[in-house]
Amino acid sequence: MLELSHIGFSVPTENGREKVILDDLSLKIEERFVAITGPNGSGKSTLAKLIAGILSPTEGKIFFNGEDITGLSVTERARRGISFAFQQPVRFKGITVKDLLSLATGRKSTVSEACEYLSEVGLCARDYIGREVNASLSGGELKRIEIATVLARGTALSVFDEPEAGIDLWSFQNLISVFEKMYRRTRGSIVIISHQERILRIADKIAVVVNGKIDRAGTREEILPSLIGANACAMLTKTKEA
Amino acid sequence: MDELEKMLLMQIADLHKIPDGAYNIRKNGEADGRRSTKHIVISPREDGKPGIDIRIAPHTKNESVHIPVVITKTEYRETVYNDFYVGEGADVLIIAGCGIHNCGQQTAEHSGVHTFHIGKNAKVRYVEKHYADGDGNGEKVMNPRTVISLEEGALLDMETTQIKGVDSTVRETVAKLAGGAQLVVREKIYTHGKQFAATDFSVELDGEGAGADVVSRSVAAGESVQEFRSKITGNAACHGHTECDAIIMDRGKVTAVPSLAANSVDAELIHEAAIGKIAGEQIIKLMTLGLTEQQAEEQIIKGFLS
Ligand SMILES: Nc1ncnc2c1ncn2[C@@H]1O[C@H](COP(=O)(O)OP(=O)(O)OP(=O)(O)O)[C@@H](O)[C@H]1O
Ligand SMILES: [Mg+2]
Repeated sequence: MLELSHIGFSVPTENGREKVILDDLSLKIEERFVAITGPNGSGKSTLAKLIAGILSPTEGKIFFNGEDITGLSVTERARRGISFAFQQPVRFKGITVKDLLSLATGRKSTVSEACEYLSEVGLCARDYIGREVNASLSGGELKRIEIATVLARGTALSVFDEPEAGIDLWSFQNLISVFEKMYRRTRGSIVIISHQERILRIADKIAVVVNGKIDRAGTREEILPSLIGANACAMLTKTKEA
Repeated sequence: MDELEKMLLMQIADLHKIPDGAYNIRKNGEADGRRSTKHIVISPREDGKPGIDIRIAPHTKNESVHIPVVITKTEYRETVYNDFYVGEGADVLIIAGCGIHNCGQQTAEHSGVHTFHIGKNAKVRYVEKHYADGDGNGEKVMNPRTVISLEEGALLDMETTQIKGVDSTVRETVAKLAGGAQLVVREKIYTHGKQFAATDFSVELDGEGAGADVVSRSVAAGESVQEFRSKITGNAACHGHTECDAIIMDRGKVTAVPSLAANSVDAELIHEAAIGKIAGEQIIKLMTLGLTEQQAEEQIIKGFLS
């Protein structure tokens, strides 16, 4: 279980002042699926990076299973069971998809094991397993491989930053079943940052971030109507039923 | 062979035992074993210089030649000349390499001049590995020079690797290509400590349809210094590509000077050079998989040089 307590994050600006990106933000994550949504630039990715330890809060504390992890490095948090799928996945020259999946599982994964994760994200494993995770992969392929690395880890907490971005509509339902299957296997919490109504529809809890603060948070039944109602802001993308 | 020599042979030629096919093992300046085959004849040079002539009969297929050099002495310097004559239509693998173990206080130095005369439509894969170690302060120096002449339609695929160990290296590769000939070079260099590595390619594309693809990937760590130079000259309708991709770490330094000369309107030449440290986001991504910063760097470099 993850708890963010009075988190503040600001960065210095050129003119010597502070730019506040997150402001006194508190949130508990203990449900199966937690969706975080909100307008562009509201601070969602920043929040995810604070959870993974890539950024450190300027104020507040982060607790994971009761332990204060605010001062822990990315590596230490990863080893305690936090995984993070980047909004913009990183490319590597010379590292193959199989290498990356082996690093994710922490042991040399067998071809069949690696193939399983790739098939789950809709990639024909045979074609990808030996490919380098470099600029030759398309955006959507890279995004799916990124998701596969988090699946392969199967940790107590997984954070996906806009996993649907660049994934075609046909695969959308599959993506949702990927999360459902992952939960059945790990029983860990899955946090999904998303602008997609269809993703929010599977959430047990929805938190709306506006201007670096939790504007509102609650069950899907409590929050969703206000997001898709007549005067909801344009933060959601509605997909046509495929 | 003692254990030390076996280890050196393992490193440079993946040899656990006497190789199949033709071979010539040179140890501290002496021939330590040689075998010719029906199609591949190895003989001492006729001009009296140290080194050997390797003659590969036309249309020899699926055969290999191993010519490792091992040096285990300190205060030792040699220059060796090996000439390869590859007959028309042959298709062979040549594995060369130099291993130096210097535990003395003086320099051990090997300069190898390899000249390739590759006949029409012949295909050669040439693998060259350099390795050095030793617990003394003695310098380990290697200066390979490779001179290549490719006749019509010939192909040379050259893979050269030097990972750590060698204190100073100046490697020079000169090639001339006739019509339809192809040269592919994959160079990998890792330097650390106070090592120095310079590499210089000069390729002349003389015939129509000739092509060269020269790619160097290198890592300069510690306080090591590297220089990369390449010049591709296009004298006909041809394709040339040169690329230097370097990672610098610690206080390493890399200079890259690629150059192109087109003497024909139909020459298509490209060069690329990129030097930089490991991208921070690559390290962070691997840390999110549970690796430490150091393990992440090692994996990134291992992949980059693989
Ligand atoms: N290092 C930084 N320096 C200055 N501003 C920053 C920095 N990092 C993030 N920001 C700003 O903080 C705000 C929040 O960024 P963040 O990436 O968290 O938004 P987001 O909610 O994920 O947006 P999106 O929906 O577009 O992905 C943005 O206005 C961004 O420009
Ligand atoms: Mg974002």
